[in-house]
Amino acid sequence: MTNSFGEFGKARMFFVIGSNMTEAHPVAATFLKNAVMNGAKLILVDPRKQPLANFADIHAQIKVGSDIAFLNGIMHVLITEDLYDKEFVASCTAGFEDLKKTVMAYPPERAAEISGVSADMIRDIARMLASVKPAMLCYTLGITEHTCGKNNVMSTANLQMLLGNMGVESGGVNPLRGQNNVQGACDMGALPNVFPGYQQVANPDARAKFEKAWGVKDLPAKPGLMIPQMMEGLADGKVKAFWVFGENLANTEPDIAKVEHELASAEFLVCQDIFPTETTRFADVIFPSAGWSEDDGTFTNSERRVSRVRKVSQPPALAMPNWWIFKEIARRFGHDWASSSGEELWDNEISALAPALAGVKYGRIEQDGLQWPVPDDEHPGTAFLHKEGKFTCGLGVFTAVEWTPPAEVPDEEYPLVLSTGRRLYHYHTRTQTGRSGLDYLLPEETADMSSADAEALGILSGEMVKVRSRRGEITVKAKVTPQVPQGMVWMAFHFRDACANWLTNPVFDPATQTAEYKACAVRIEKI
Amino acid sequence: MAMKTLTLNGSTVEFEPGQTILEVARAHGVHIPTLCYLDGCTATGACRICVVEVKGARSLVASCSTPAEGGMDICTDSERVRQSRRLTIELLLASGNHNCITCEMSGDCTLQDLAYSYGVDTIRFPNTPQPHAKEDMNPFIIRDFSRCILCSRCVQSCQEVQVNRAISNGYRGPTAKIIAGCDQRYDQSDCVFCGQCVQACPVGALIEKKGRFQGRAKDVDKVRTTCPYCGVGCQLWLHVKDGRIVKVTGVEDGAPNKGRLCVKGRFGYDFIYSDERNKTPLIKENGEFREASWEEALDLVANKFREIIEKHGSDAVAGVSCARSLNEDSYQMQKLFRAVFKTNNIDHCART
Repeated sequence: MTNSFGEFGKARMFFVIGSNMTEAHPVAATFLKNAVMNGAKLILVDPRKQPLANFADIHAQIKVGSDIAFLNGIMHVLITEDLYDKEFVASCTAGFEDLKKTVMAYPPERAAEISGVSADMIRDIARMLASVKPAMLCYTLGITEHTCGKNNVMSTANLQMLLGNMGVESGGVNPLRGQNNVQGACDMGALPNVFPGYQQVANPDARAKFEKAWGVKDLPAKPGLMIPQMMEGLADGKVKAFWVFGENLANTEPDIAKVEHELASAEFLVCQDIFPTETTRFADVIFPSAGWSEDDGTFTNSERRVSRVRKVSQPPALAMPNWWIFKEIARRFGHDWASSSGEELWDNEISALAPALAGVKYGRIEQDGLQWPVPDDEHPGTAFLHKEGKFTCGLGVFTAVEWTPPAEVPDEEYPLVLSTGRRLYHYHTRTQTGRSGLDYLLPEETADMSSADAEALGILSGEMVKVRSRRGEITVKAKVTPQVPQGMVWMAFHFRDACANWLTNPVFDPATQTAEYKACAVRIEKI
Repeated sequence: MAMKTLTLNGSTVEFEPGQTILEVARAHGVHIPTLCYLDGCTATGACRICVVEVKGARSLVASCSTPAEGGMDICTDSERVRQSRRLTIELLLASGNHNCITCEMSGDCTLQDLAYSYGVDTIRFPNTPQPHAKEDMNPFIIRDFSRCILCSRCVQSCQEVQVNRAISNGYRGPTAKIIAGCDQRYDQSDCVFCGQCVQACPVGALIEKKGRFQGRAKDVDKVRTTCPYCGVGCQLWLHVKDGRIVKVTGVEDGAPNKGRLCVKGRFGYDFIYSDERNKTPLIKENGEFREASWEEALDLVANKFREIIEKHGSDAVAGVSCARSLNEDSYQMQKLFRAVFKTNNIDHCART
């Protein structure tokens, strides 16, 4: 997030796109709802009438995968009606002419045709956005989990720069991160192209810095593989040994049949986890891990806040802290690593190596955490980025993007769009929530569908149905709900048997390798 | 706006127009007890505990809902005020069940504290039993209406803090009750089990079932930590007894959540105690897992990785780190892959 949750309360307008916040980030949603109750405007862009629709001034129920056309349509209106922030565009951005050229091909009527949102509503949204400054744009995986995910993100940034909503309190582009420490895992360099602190592995200076710090030579310069490439590498033999730490890939990746084939192809698979999972079945060795509250460390939240995580009990039996396991393997390769606790790892290594975290030390985050960048020990942290329109690279660059449809669209054989997500009472593959009693509140998966589609198929709510895609089929209970528009089915991936990922399409954004979980074609059959 | 002045317990103090008497008193370090008042929410003035004496006013006024005015002469602790508070406490104690012996909130109960500090040791009124049955059906929240004092903090936390709009004030007079929907069970209503009502309850009317009889305020240590679910990063108090979490509450003044939690953060903590945890290293032999020592399992993995790297090169190994685990763990894993295995084949689920 460029901005902070603390700014929600002061915001005057929200543009929420592809974010089912009340279920996936419930506490963030409370601050948004508070602001709306105090008069802030809410424009919600989502194919489903999800709970935030009750609070929205405008709910644009776009078709799945039409985001870029829709956003380009809004920008078309902002430019043709002269409603954009010309001063911000002139002084803080580059590439406006390219953007203009591209969005001029998306008049509201064309955007309406692609997105299913009326041209009038697109105009209303553009005018409303131009009438209140600043507005906070929030998105979640509804934006990123498409084959055009990166371009979707670019479009949201284009919109906020065009409106001059960057670099100000209660503005910005705010992706709500799905997992407690997905921001942190990125910051720590658990990515194939960067060291901790986003220092490029391809940069010789960065490599020299880490070689010195780690006492090694010849750190590899070539960026590594991303998860889908690793998985394919297992099947084609390029990747022989695979180490999976705390991920249940056999349920979370698209097309479970394909994923399981890939996992089974590994010559040697190590799993490190707190529970046996569908993925650990394929392991050759399982390392038992300390879990949450069994070790001291930090998480970094969506707003870049590094907060303490504290140990209150010992891990069960022989389970050990994860950092210890990695250290023990390194020792067997002749590397003696000095740090022997979360605090030593953070204060002596991470904070010393990542410039944005230089001022974050355990001693400073006893209470509230600090939001990076925190360049030195005196720095109070950064609530919002790009202050006064000063972007990391100087000017904010507009990247004009064309709309592209999802890789698989409905046809006669598979006439419905399946879109997936998370439900309030569960978390991912239920390794945690399924063992905390939350099954009581949600004991099974459903295929959420419109009454129009249910009626056409002669299906009653609560009846078991088959949902079939080109990858697989599942049997699941139908849930007829006004939340879902005609032509769409919505499911989660919490329950193994009825996991949406038996059906989802293993196609990926070419740049980010993010899978298109939000759109594939299915059909529903009455049993 | 220009500051104004009033007299507070004999001293002249400044205040901003728009502040309530309670806010002015708090700003100047003067304690006024409250019961129904919930920070950040509309004051309801329901409980009358926060009454103060304003010179010239016809009756005592509720400080939480009375705007301060210039020139007011306020006494927050006069005998008249204390007598009124004593009477209010006595009436609350005479209505329903306030036996503290097994109450979870004993030691952390606002009503108990008030009764003690105002010395209310005799109750002159006959006890009025409270007519509504206890709700004890779901695994998370017990609603014990016999202990409810109808302060409505739970309603405010639901309506104004979480804006889940699941509970409200129902019925009237002696049958008044806090209701979910049209007086349904929580688990059959629009309640989403965030448990903010439980956190707001100043007495033992709303109780967390998982922690019942596991340890009360005096028995637990409170340890601050960060929630293990979504990316909001809510700050939690773990209420820990003998090394075991018995309850989770939100850190009221902590960023970013300011005391708020959702169903997962508040109730989804005890997975760590599951019998199904991985407890020892396991090695697969002939398709079956067998227990192994750390030495054996670590040696096997190190040898296997060394062998594969020697034979096929560093890029024949790959690893996926964990977006649920600690920063320090992810740091360590990428360091292992880069500095020891000499590959950048390290990733995590940020892209999925």
